[in-house]
Amino acid sequence: MSTTTVNTATGTAKTMVLNMGPQHPSTHGVLRVVLELDGERIVKATPEIGYLHTGIEKTCEAKTYSQAITLTDRLDYLAPLSNNLGYCLAVEKLLGLEVPKRAQYVRVLLTEMTRIASHLVWIGTHAIDLGAMSVFLYCFREREEVMKIFEMVSGQRMMTSYFRIGGLALEPATGWLGRVERFVDAMPGHLAEYENLLTRNRIWLSRLVGVGVISAEDAIGLGMSGPSLRSTGMAYDVRKFFPYSSYEEFEFDVPTRTDGDCYSRYLLRVAEIKESLKIVRQAMAKVPTFGAIRTDAPGIVPPARELMKTEMESLIYHFKIFTEGFSPPPGEVYQRIESPRGELGFFVASDGSPKPYRVKVRAPSFSNLQALSKLAEGRLIADLIACIGTIDIVLGEVDR
Amino acid sequence: MDEPEELQQDPILQRLRAWDPQAVAEVLEFRGERTLVVPRSHLRRTAELLAGAPDLAFNFLSDVTGVDRFPVEPRFELNYHLLSIPNRAVLRIRVRIHGSDPIVPTVCTIWPTANWHEREIYDLFGVRFEGHPDLRRIVMPDDWEGHPLRKDYPVEGFR
Repeated sequence: MSTTTVNTATGTAKTMVLNMGPQHPSTHGVLRVVLELDGERIVKATPEIGYLHTGIEKTCEAKTYSQAITLTDRLDYLAPLSNNLGYCLAVEKLLGLEVPKRAQYVRVLLTEMTRIASHLVWIGTHAIDLGAMSVFLYCFREREEVMKIFEMVSGQRMMTSYFRIGGLALEPATGWLGRVERFVDAMPGHLAEYENLLTRNRIWLSRLVGVGVISAEDAIGLGMSGPSLRSTGMAYDVRKFFPYSSYEEFEFDVPTRTDGDCYSRYLLRVAEIKESLKIVRQAMAKVPTFGAIRTDAPGIVPPARELMKTEMESLIYHFKIFTEGFSPPPGEVYQRIESPRGELGFFVASDGSPKPYRVKVRAPSFSNLQALSKLAEGRLIADLIACIGTIDIVLGEVDR
Repeated sequence: MDEPEELQQDPILQRLRAWDPQAVAEVLEFRGERTLVVPRSHLRRTAELLAGAPDLAFNFLSDVTGVDRFPVEPRFELNYHLLSIPNRAVLRIRVRIHGSDPIVPTVCTIWPTANWHEREIYDLFGVRFEGHPDLRRIVMPDDWEGHPLRKDYPVEGFR
């Protein structure tokens, strides 16, 4: 990037180019932004990505459909279950599989818990970016409880891979709903605590209100989705537009704001946690205590352990699934879901072989990050931190 | 054209064919998802119409996906996943490109979000976009040789 001459209050001046990142604590990973500055004012901000590119899409092509699930955890590592869900729904669509209701409700419950956990990390890290240390500690305290619930259900805190093609990996542990209930009951009090610290805080307001404003038209053009788009007044939420996994049976609102600034994105995420809690409560009431967690599709969904030990047929299927995999009919599907960051899409193409021909991840952070230049230009460097924070990127899914 | 009758009844298809009989070369359906195959020469005009016409209003470009069908020719396939927020409708536009001439007109000016998506396809597939304002590699290093998502590029890379 070359420097340009700009007009300032006292005459003309040359701009300076400053490199921010890829090692910078407030870039949430390895984002690099090349800044062209006029004093402390940003003339141009160019995000440079790719420092976390691990070739997940290429690797998927060398794995079977089931093996690729573990790679999806590593895309958006703050919302692994959302990625699992998006990928599994895409492959299930490819196969034409229907998932049992019980598994669908558990999926909804856990992805909403994921949304809560992800937004908690966001509130915490964003607060620490702007200098409010204590909120970070509180948010991680509550997130820890969600992690423990994930561990109880799937055996893993973060890289859960709990949703499998055709249902769930294993029967949830006894008493898990009691733990979810305790969390859901405690959460409104905790939210009030964060809001007490932040929502009317003068420093918080002066750092966020009117900062990083984007219009609805620009946001749509740049492909923004999730809370970032809804902060401009567009109520686009995949859960309402194209319901999946029985979301149409749940009652919840899609909060929107019209200011399109950093502060409205903050308010929206807090409001979304409340909506997610509503969904989790409904899902808790809906999940039957007993019932199938996997659909009955021999040759695609592994048979139950007991059957595998007692029936020849099941043993053969088990062996075939884990050595060769299964082959969906040739074709392509695109499945979108609402991840905590926006529209997460999985394009899966099959050529009739046991390995996906192509897996493309439409990462919400990737599209949202493009708006950074628009949000930051003309503002101070300090505002850039708020802008990067409130579009809530996860570099794992930006670079893939 | 040997398309099933019900696919020909697709309102968007009929709208496009009434506007220009050459605009859609083929219509496909799989698992309830409609795909319109558009000739490369008509991509820009069709995209402009889809985004701009008030009755279609495909104002949101979710994604652009490249697929390499090597060794079949035309080798590359670009899938544009469109969404109309006002109409709650989705559509996939597909363009097929020959490996010997991998150039496509850009849709950046219609949907600014295509900027990075097209850079990614250029980076990973080597398809060039005519009229793109900033066609550089995006995830691979600038001096990287080859395009990793091509099917003739080994998973472990060249050694």
